[in-house]
Amino acid sequence: MITLYQKVFGIGLQDTFVYRWNFVLRSLFSIIPLIATVFIWRAVCEQGPGLSEYNFSSMVFYFIGVLMVDNLASPTEDEWRIASEIREGQISSLLTKPLNHLAYRLSLFGAYRCLYTLVTLPVMGAVVWGLSRHIQLPQQLSTWPLFFLAVAGSALIQFFIAYSLAMLAFWIMEVSTLIFILYSFEYFLSGHVFPLDLLPASVRSALEWTPFPYELFFPVQILLERLDAASLQKGFVMQFLWVCVTGASARLLWNIGVRRYQASGG
Amino acid sequence: MLRYLKIYAILMRNSLIREMSFKANFLLWTLVEVLWFSGQVLFVEVLFAHIDKLGDWTKWEVVALLGTHQVVAQLFQAFFYVNLTQIPELVRTGKLDVFLTLPLDSQFAVSSKQFGLDNFVNTVLGLAITGYALSKLGITPGAPHLLLYCCCVLLGVAVHYSVMCSLSTFCFWIIRAQGLVYGYFNLFNIGRYPESVYRGAFKFIFTWVLPVILVANVPVRILVEFAATPWAAVGQLVLTSLLVLGFTRWFWLRGLGRYASASS
Repeated sequence: MITLYQKVFGIGLQDTFVYRWNFVLRSLFSIIPLIATVFIWRAVCEQGPGLSEYNFSSMVFYFIGVLMVDNLASPTEDEWRIASEIREGQISSLLTKPLNHLAYRLSLFGAYRCLYTLVTLPVMGAVVWGLSRHIQLPQQLSTWPLFFLAVAGSALIQFFIAYSLAMLAFWIMEVSTLIFILYSFEYFLSGHVFPLDLLPASVRSALEWTPFPYELFFPVQILLERLDAASLQKGFVMQFLWVCVTGASARLLWNIGVRRYQASGG
Repeated sequence: MLRYLKIYAILMRNSLIREMSFKANFLLWTLVEVLWFSGQVLFVEVLFAHIDKLGDWTKWEVVALLGTHQVVAQLFQAFFYVNLTQIPELVRTGKLDVFLTLPLDSQFAVSSKQFGLDNFVNTVLGLAITGYALSKLGITPGAPHLLLYCCCVLLGVAVHYSVMCSLSTFCFWIIRAQGLVYGYFNLFNIGRYPESVYRGAFKFIFTWVLPVILVANVPVRILVEFAATPWAAVGQLVLTSLLVLGFTRWFWLRGLGRYASASS
C-alpha cells in the first residue's frame, strides 16, 4: 500500500519538474517583498524600543523563518488543480483506480513541496547568506526536530484546508473567490505580515483558537526559541487538534461530494 | 483615435453585460478585495500602536498612501490586469493569431478585451479611505492639487501597465511565463510604504528603473505637502513612467517578432 503512494510521490516529482523555472522565478520575486519588509522594520526599529520583544535582528530572522516555513509547507497550486479536475471531469479516471484520493493528493503535495524547496534552495541560501548577521541559530539541538514537527503539522493543516476548499467544486462552479477569501485570512492572521505577538493580548488569545497561528506563527516561534515548555505543549496539542479537524473535514467533504459527482465534461 | 475610443466603449459594454450575468461572483470578488485591503489597514493599525512615525510619515499619511495605492492598483486591474495575465496562455496555445488578424494595434487588442467591474468598486473604496485620512490630517485639497493628483494616479496606472505588460511579454522567450505573473504582486506591494524607508540600490532600482515605489508616493505627497508641491518628485514620475511605457512598446514589438504561432 505504501509503495503505491511512493510511486505517486515519484510521479509527482517528475510532473512538477517541468515547473522548475517557474519555481526559481517565483522564489526570486519573493525576495523583493522580503527586502522591503527588512527596510520597513528597520524604519520601525529606528523609532526606538517600541516593539515589545523584538529588535531589528530578531524581526529579520522572524521573516526568514516565515519564508522557510512558507516554502516547506504552503500549498501553492494544489487547490486550483484539484478543483479544476473536479470541474472538468478529469477525476473520473482516478475514481476507477484503487486509490484513496486524499492520500493520492497528499503524496503529490509532498512531492511538490520537496521539489519546490530543493529547487529554490540556492535562492534561499543567498537570502540566508545576505542576512546572516541577523540569524541567531537555535541554542538547543532539540529545537530542530520540534521545528520540523511543527512544520509538518502546518503543512497538513494547510493542505487539508486547501483540499476541503477544492471539494466545494462538487457543489459550485467557481471556487476561486472562496480560495482567495480564505487566503486573505491566512495571510494576515497566520503571521505573514507581522508577528502575531504585536497584536493586543485579547486578540491574540482569541486567535489561538483558530487554525491560522499553527500554519506559520507557531513553527517560526519555535525556530526563534521564544516559547517555554508550557506554551510549546499547548501549541502542539492545538496544532494536532486542528490537523484532526481539518483532516476529517477533507475526508467528509470528499465522501459527500463524490456522491454528487456527475462527471460533466469528462 | 476616435475609432479606438468607439471600440473601447463597445468592449466595455460587452464586459458589463458579461459581468452582470454573474452577480454573485462580482460580489464575492469585491469582498475578496475588501478583505485584502482591510488586512493592510490592520497592519498599519498594528504598526502605529507601537510607533509614532514610519520613516517621516505619520499614521494618517500612511493610510492616505495605502488608499491611493489601492486606487492606482485597482484602476490598473479594472482595465488591464486580466487581459495581460492571459498573454502567456495566448502565446502558448497560438490563440494570439486571432488578435493579430484584427485591424487593430496588436498591443491594444490584447490589453483591452475585458474589464473588472469589482475593481471599480474597490477604486471608490480606496478614494474614500484616502479622503478620510486627509480629513483626519485636516487637509482640504484645492482643485489644482486634485487635478495634479489625478494626473499622477494615471501615470501610476501607466507604470503598473508597463511592468505587467513587460512581464507577460517575456512569454515570447520563455513559454511557461506564469511564474512572472506572480511577480507583479510582489513588485507592487512594495509601493504601499513611504519612499523614505527605502535606501541604497533597492531604492534606486525601484524609483528610477522600475518606478513602482513612486506610483502611490508621488500623488499622496502632492496632497499631503500641499504647501509646497513636490515638483521634483512629480517630474521623476513623469520621466520614468514615459520611459517604461516606451520600453514596453519596444519590448512588445520585439517579442511579437519572435512569435511563431503554435502548430495547429
